[in-house]
Amino acid sequence: MLYREAGQFKASYREDQQIFPIRQDKIAIALILAFFYLVVPVIGDQYWLKAILVPVLIFSLAALGLNILTGYAGQLSLGTAAFMAAGAFGAFNFMLRMPDFPVFSEVKILFAFIFGGLMAALVGIVFGLPSLRIKGFYLAVATLAAQFFVVWALTKFSWFSNYSSSGVISAQDVVLFGVPIDTPESRYLFVLVIVTVLALLAKNMVRSATGRAWMAVRDMDVAAEVIGIRLLHTKLLAFAVSSFYCGVAGALYAFCYLGTVEPEGFNLDMSFRILFMIIIGGVGSVLGSFLGAAFIVLLPIFLNVFFHAVFAGAVPAGLGSNLELMIFGGLIIFFLIVEPHGLARLWQIGKEKLRLWPFPH
Amino acid sequence: MSNGRHIGDVILDLQNISLRFGGVKALTDISFNVREHEIRAIIGPNGAGKSSMLNVINGVYHPQEGTIVFHGRKRHDMNTHEAALQGIGRTFQNIALFKGMSVLDNLMTGRNLKIKSNFLQQAFYWGPTRREELEQRSKVEGIIDFLEIEHIRKTPVGRLPYGLQKRVELGRALAMEPTLLLLDEPMAGMNVEEKQDMCRFILDVNDQFGTTIVLIEHDMGVVMDISDRVVVLDYGKKIADGTPDEVRGNQEVIDAYLGVAH
Ligand SMILES: Nc1ncnc2c1ncn2[C@@H]1O[C@H](COP(=O)(O)OP(=O)(O)OP(=O)(O)O)[C@@H](O)[C@H]1O
Ligand SMILES: [Mg+2]
Repeated sequence: MLYREAGQFKASYREDQQIFPIRQDKIAIALILAFFYLVVPVIGDQYWLKAILVPVLIFSLAALGLNILTGYAGQLSLGTAAFMAAGAFGAFNFMLRMPDFPVFSEVKILFAFIFGGLMAALVGIVFGLPSLRIKGFYLAVATLAAQFFVVWALTKFSWFSNYSSSGVISAQDVVLFGVPIDTPESRYLFVLVIVTVLALLAKNMVRSATGRAWMAVRDMDVAAEVIGIRLLHTKLLAFAVSSFYCGVAGALYAFCYLGTVEPEGFNLDMSFRILFMIIIGGVGSVLGSFLGAAFIVLLPIFLNVFFHAVFAGAVPAGLGSNLELMIFGGLIIFFLIVEPHGLARLWQIGKEKLRLWPFPH
Repeated sequence: MSNGRHIGDVILDLQNISLRFGGVKALTDISFNVREHEIRAIIGPNGAGKSSMLNVINGVYHPQEGTIVFHGRKRHDMNTHEAALQGIGRTFQNIALFKGMSVLDNLMTGRNLKIKSNFLQQAFYWGPTRREELEQRSKVEGIIDFLEIEHIRKTPVGRLPYGLQKRVELGRALAMEPTLLLLDEPMAGMNVEEKQDMCRFILDVNDQFGTTIVLIEHDMGVVMDISDRVVVLDYGKKIADGTPDEVRGNQEVIDAYLGVAH
């Protein structure tokens, strides 16, 4: 009976409308935040921060973006990586071309990320326009067009990459209030703050009228229209907000993770990886975006360690990565068939069990 | 059966409405009106064009010919957004709830038009957002009490039995605070007890909130009992229009119902 809401009587709708109405959830969130903000930077070694936690956070943000569009608003997209590319190149060009002046240059990098997000949102809106007419599979094909078009345009028009060969860009240094963000610890914290803030904003959106409109359009568009929800407006807003999130994730990917990126890096493969993250993590769940990203980034690492420990070199080199793909595919089929709401749902079920524990009913 | 309600002027006047789908004539030259505060029934055999008529009234379908006068404004057709803004609420023949959402969220969505804050304010939960959400919540709780569904407030609607889903859908329409409520077979597939409950809710809505109701229903007992006036459609044409007693005695109506094997 550790996890119970019984006995916590809500005296007002205000209490019931809070972001985390159940006390145990509040405590859990506080503990998780404390762990990632205070404990991890101290105990995490450089490799973990740089090569695992930063990409997990960045992919969580991209998955959250896709989840807003696909999970909440019900519009399937295969263009996630393209929106990330728009964000990365948008931020790069903002840093490159925007003149410096006092005060502004202290926080220029933040504006660059916002600008990258806005550029991605613009691309998202343009490629979201067909969503008024087409749904599901056909819409996915339209977003696939975004995927190929954006990568093609960024490679073809070298203005975007400041005339570098094959569109490769090197992200400018990240400096905030004159302090360079260049150590693994500071980068991790920088990314963590941005991702936490954006996740909080997303959570607020999905629990208020905007989110209800998205879900209404997802679940029954005729009924939504009859209530007065404008379909095009609602869908385009979902495309814009979703792409903004993906764009910021793309900018972080370039500026705080890889440093050097090329358009080809944001390929269809990456779009699919992020789609798999929300399928495994949980479609239509903010938490699921994080679980899915962590799972997919960590899985190959664990499998690698596992193979080494168990077979100690007895496995031929190629087999390991093939096994990894097979396990990956199997898991995706498992989640699609058995638990379409992913890890987040399993977590929910776990909580419901805990609510009754130790009594079976 | 007007239990002391004051039936007012004509608020909705449909004139010579014709609607075709390719070669199928769903509605042919139909005219009738709806008065304020009345319960107006539309009846007719399967495929007569009843649902199409409701879809024309709130702008889901656009008739090829005809005029719609609503609250004194004349137009060729309605559009859904405008209909909602003008206070037309609606339930569907096949339940059209938002399956992935709770009862509470379904009803809250019914009030989305009342919300003035934009998505950015909502993202920051700033300014008017918190206040608005609380206002909508207390209005929705009023409807939840009215429909006696307090116990399922947080249940995802997909898990509810059919009868309750119908009731929640009525709740979602009521959340819009409609002045004109269109109900497409609200009692279809219900057992006697559920039908009685639904009848009571419809009469109460009409009585307490003064809501004008246009109702499609196959159960003649119910129709004759609760409606003020009845319009009868058959093969997309209007064959009778009047009080339940007038319609009941109409030879064409009797023929239409006998002529169709149910
Ligand atoms: N969207 C549509 N596309 C094509 N034909 C349609 C459409 N909607 C209705 N129809 C046709 O219009 C006619 C009237 O249908 P409608 O649903 O209005 O009948 P109804 O009186 O509501 O019947 P029921 O009692 O079975 O609900 C039918 O022949 C139907 O096939
Ligand atoms: Mg019908």
